[in-house]
Amino acid sequence: MTATVTREASAGRIRPVRRRVTSGHLRQERRAGWLFVAPAVIVLVVFLFAPILMAAWVSLLDWNGQSSPFSGDADFVGLSNYQSLLTEAGLLRNDFMLSVRNTIYYVLFNVTGVVVVSFALAMAVNSYVLRGRSFFRTIFYFPAITSSVAISVLFLFLFQGSGVVNVVLSWVGVDGPSWFTDPRGVLHIVLGWFGVSDAPGALADTTVGGLSLWNWLSGPSVAMCALITLTIWASSGTFMLFFLVGLQDIPVELEEATAIDGAGGWQRFRHLTLPLMRRSIVLVITLALISSWQVFDQVFILSQGSPAKTTLTPAYVSYVRSFGDGQFGVGAAVAFVLFAIIIVLTLVQRWVGRERRT
Amino acid sequence: MSGLTLRRAPRPRRERDAVPVVLTDRYSPLPRKVAVRVVGYGLLALGTLLYLGPFLVQVATSFKTDADAVGNPVSLIPSPVTLAAWEIVAGSNPAYSVPVFRWLGNSFAVTISVTLGRLIIDSLAGYALARLRFRGRAVVFAGVVAVLAVPGVVLLIPKFLVLNELGMFNSYAGMILPLFCDAVGILLMKTAFEAVPTELDEAARIDGAGVFRTFWSVILPLVRPALVTVTILSFQGSWNEFTHFLVATSDPDLATMNLGIARLTAGDLQGSQQFPLKLALATLSTIPIAIVYVFFSRYFMRSGNATGLK
Repeated sequence: MTATVTREASAGRIRPVRRRVTSGHLRQERRAGWLFVAPAVIVLVVFLFAPILMAAWVSLLDWNGQSSPFSGDADFVGLSNYQSLLTEAGLLRNDFMLSVRNTIYYVLFNVTGVVVVSFALAMAVNSYVLRGRSFFRTIFYFPAITSSVAISVLFLFLFQGSGVVNVVLSWVGVDGPSWFTDPRGVLHIVLGWFGVSDAPGALADTTVGGLSLWNWLSGPSVAMCALITLTIWASSGTFMLFFLVGLQDIPVELEEATAIDGAGGWQRFRHLTLPLMRRSIVLVITLALISSWQVFDQVFILSQGSPAKTTLTPAYVSYVRSFGDGQFGVGAAVAFVLFAIIIVLTLVQRWVGRERRT
Repeated sequence: MSGLTLRRAPRPRRERDAVPVVLTDRYSPLPRKVAVRVVGYGLLALGTLLYLGPFLVQVATSFKTDADAVGNPVSLIPSPVTLAAWEIVAGSNPAYSVPVFRWLGNSFAVTISVTLGRLIIDSLAGYALARLRFRGRAVVFAGVVAVLAVPGVVLLIPKFLVLNELGMFNSYAGMILPLFCDAVGILLMKTAFEAVPTELDEAARIDGAGVFRTFWSVILPLVRPALVTVTILSFQGSWNEFTHFLVATSDPDLATMNLGIARLTAGDLQGSQQFPLKLALATLSTIPIAIVYVFFSRYFMRSGNATGLK
């Protein structure tokens, strides 16, 4: 029907008719528009936005996972879940602060490592001199597409006390630790080499969030280092691709010009490539930061937070409190604090990135 | 800054011949040429060893005996070669059974359903957001973009809550439906539709096609590469999915490959037993992805970049 009207309109060129037709078509388009996005909107609302609101409500309750949290059976406790997490001394705050400390180190080492490694891979794969670039690119990206579960199982094997990693280390004369049972912090170990094996008074006595400064300054535990290695290995392929896109955006004429002007390889890298790659680097840091704060799968399979809670992460605390101990209110509160941390860090990151650009 | 304007220059094609001579080592003295290549390929070989080696160890270990796996972890040649682990995986060992076929079946069922669902939902929504003028389009678009900002792990408990309320806990529906949320796919399809000239829509309309007909028979076939990308992204994503199934089910009969392996492995730190079995399972769970990757690595890489559209 629409078709005939349209033909008439285009043939007759009568303005009023044409306007009516357009509006008729617009009406059809409007209806179709909503019909087309309806499935997506329904799914997003029901399984994403509504659940977040529900969890916000549950984080204010003392709910054990039985019955419905909306029936009024669960006690409304206000912000007390958040208080016991952040301010009240106790096991919960202790666990949470430990998980934050662990994750801060995890994030620092992981983000640094992944930026360096994936940048190096991208440079190598983008080289003008070497052949077989797409072959190597395919290989370096492979760990990124395999499942975190399979990779965790593999790393559990590689990092066994007498496993592959330690055997390889022994070839170069290094006596590897028993990775997953060693709770010592790396910074503590390094300080121990210089004779500082106990906490200096000031560091032991000052506490932040229930943890002494000495504890905050432990560095990642040996077990956490294994997790960091895993994450760098598994995610560097993805970030390599981001860097590769950035590198290929650098106009080749520009590199040619600098080379003709006599800049060597290192100078070209330092004064041309790096400055032009700044946006890619900021993007990769942001993405790596966001994903690092959420680490969960590896912890679930490899360490469950042990040894001595040094691989505890906020996501894992949230999961165990809810599904292990039946304290869903606490678990939800942890999730929201984690959410807040990630958002704040992302905003800070954006802000820092923008400052430098202008 | 000058860098910003420079970046907008048209991207040159990196054919080998198009690379200016000064950037290659064609006229470098021979020793330098050799040195550059030795170091370059040496590093690439080291990288290959580091990125591929663990998978070789994994496959080799799955053919070892438990004692051999622990005693000679690095060796890539099992001695003796044994199929014990794979026999357990195949269910032909009556003494020890792992419900691998159940896990595989669940994984495939969920993966295929999620992929089909996402293809339909993403392309419809992507088309509407790219082409159709309707009130509220900006709001819907903002909502989709907002989804990207939500960290997935924060959704663990919320997902459990909603499935619990809807009575979908421990059901296939509860495993599949929440995974239909796919903001990246919607944006990917939207971008693809926007690249199709609007004249085609108009031509189809003038020829009498309704909105759906235009979408289905005229425009959709033109965005096939994007559909392949979404297919691969969904396949990989739902095959590798772990946390959602962890909170959406407790029934062992609903376990997927990943969940089954994780439950089998978690909490078994000190016991170094049965690594051949665990690594055989890990290998099995990697095979479908590896096969798709070999044929479609181009699309995998495209999807990796698409995620960065954020």
